[in-house]
Amino acid sequence: MTLGRTRAVSLLGLSGHLVEVEAHLAPSLPAFSLVGLPDTALAEARDRVRAAVTSSGLVWPNRRITVNLSPATLPKAGSGFDLAIAVATLAGAGVVDAAAAADRVHIGELGLDGRLRPVRGVLPAVAAAVAAGHPRVVVPTANAAEASLVPGADVVGAACLAEVASRYGADVEVPDLPPVHDDVPARRAVVDPDLADVIGQPEARHCLEVAAAGGHHLLMVGPPGAGKTMLAARLPGLLPDLAEAEAVEVTAVHSLAGTFDAGDGLVRRPPFEDPHHTATPASVVGGGSGVPRPGAASRAHCGVLFLDEAPEFPTAVLQTLRQPLEHGEVVLHRAAGAARYPARFQLVLAANPCPCGRSVGKGLECTCRAEQRRRYFGKLSGPLLDRVDLQLEVLPARAEDVPGERSAVVAERVRQARGAAVERLAGTGWRTNAQVSGRWLRERLGPRRSLMTDLDRALDRGTLSLRGVDRVLRVAWTLADLQGRAAPSRDDVGRALLLRTRGQGA
Amino acid sequence: MRAKDAVGRYGEDVAVAHVQAAGWTVLDRNWRCAVGELDVVCLDGRELVAVEVKTRRSDRFGSPAEAVTGAKLARLRRLTAAWLDAHDVHAASVRIDVIAVTLPPRGAARVEHLVAVV
Repeated sequence: MTLGRTRAVSLLGLSGHLVEVEAHLAPSLPAFSLVGLPDTALAEARDRVRAAVTSSGLVWPNRRITVNLSPATLPKAGSGFDLAIAVATLAGAGVVDAAAAADRVHIGELGLDGRLRPVRGVLPAVAAAVAAGHPRVVVPTANAAEASLVPGADVVGAACLAEVASRYGADVEVPDLPPVHDDVPARRAVVDPDLADVIGQPEARHCLEVAAAGGHHLLMVGPPGAGKTMLAARLPGLLPDLAEAEAVEVTAVHSLAGTFDAGDGLVRRPPFEDPHHTATPASVVGGGSGVPRPGAASRAHCGVLFLDEAPEFPTAVLQTLRQPLEHGEVVLHRAAGAARYPARFQLVLAANPCPCGRSVGKGLECTCRAEQRRRYFGKLSGPLLDRVDLQLEVLPARAEDVPGERSAVVAERVRQARGAAVERLAGTGWRTNAQVSGRWLRERLGPRRSLMTDLDRALDRGTLSLRGVDRVLRVAWTLADLQGRAAPSRDDVGRALLLRTRGQGA
Repeated sequence: MRAKDAVGRYGEDVAVAHVQAAGWTVLDRNWRCAVGELDVVCLDGRELVAVEVKTRRSDRFGSPAEAVTGAKLARLRRLTAAWLDAHDVHAASVRIDVIAVTLPPRGAARVEHLVAVV
């Protein structure tokens, strides 16, 4: 037997392709070549695999070894092919049982000592293998918990190459090495901060509740220290747990981004991402050389993307958010291929009213020139703000203000409102009011056209765009859901209009 | 003669016995010129074969075949051309083989014959 083969998975974005790894051993001068469009990290597998095989106490075949990763036209990246290359080579040399090795999918990086090191993106890779009809996978011990999250996968975790080889009948002693652990940085405290920490701000709290219940995007404008950041950080605590399908999707993104600890199982809480305002477009929507990696927008999928000091963000960053806001996903085109990442996040923007931040109320203390103020807010205007359903002025808290309700109380109301929305939207594919199309909303309104009077007036006056009308209606439905009403009343529409236009539209 | 040269010499004898057993005609041994030395030159039917013999006593520093590097192969090509230039042999084709001989402390020598390495 001079030909060994097994399987691995190549990831492009979140979609995985099954790759056949073949090793051919020719009786010629010893050499090792790797073909099939490997990137730099993968090309270095030659040196790692050879060292790992020798360190494991196995004999490295003195042959001209050619390893092919097929389909050869698909670009492959990363160190996750090491194990498959080693197993295919050993199978070709007859050291391990070729039939048993060919049967399984192998994912993992090899250390020079022969131990298996964890790799990123194991969850989507194993999911792709299962989908392709190969549920039997071997992964590093540190990734076994993550791989087991995939329904239907038959996962074997291995600590070192010798352990894998001996499974396939190699005559080798399995060393008692401690397995390599994943060094994912510990995630933020699992406990979300509580809404009761916020003093006063009844309107802002209510607005946050509406945003959570309907999945609406939110803009908060207010002077420094009013509590905008505090409020935003408490939004994820109001959101319900992720549904099963969402949890798998979110976990897959975080696995690829390397920000996920498999010990905690699937990511079940909505993620919260707050990039700093010096962030680049690549860091927000995803990027990087070769196959682009997910950015903050994708990591916030099914959660909250919070842009603090939004007008300070580069215009390019704010503009790149328009595609994900519209389609719920990011498509990144690079030379190596196009990667598609989900990015259906809830956008929360916080801004000062002007560069000096004191232009509240009558704005008498503001020291900014009119043109400075215009330029500052101009960054946010236009297409981006048109997509933000809730726009809120957060005024400074006063000394006599008292703490409000706890997160748990509000979250319960949010859960009920969301439940009502899901029930109403059953069969449409939408889950929250923010996702519903304008046409559907108007059709549902039917005989209650009289509700639209205020909106028509605002439309005539030019303070509301046609898209704005739809958005106000969505918020009105959410307000009705929160109140437990079957349909929005005229009062709900009026309040929704107020929430959208910061009181300037009615 | 130093020990390593004796090992090399013995390995070459083993290799020659090996090719003769295969029915080849040995034309020349240890042919030297300015470029270097050809270990064994023989005829496999109508094909001229320049054989590089590499001998080691153990695999501790890698297999003997691994010691045949790219630079050495390039020199073998030049040497083969020089040998053909100097001799009146008209072979149908020419190739270069490597015979790796491992001499364990006990037991028979292990011969590994790598055909047409260039």
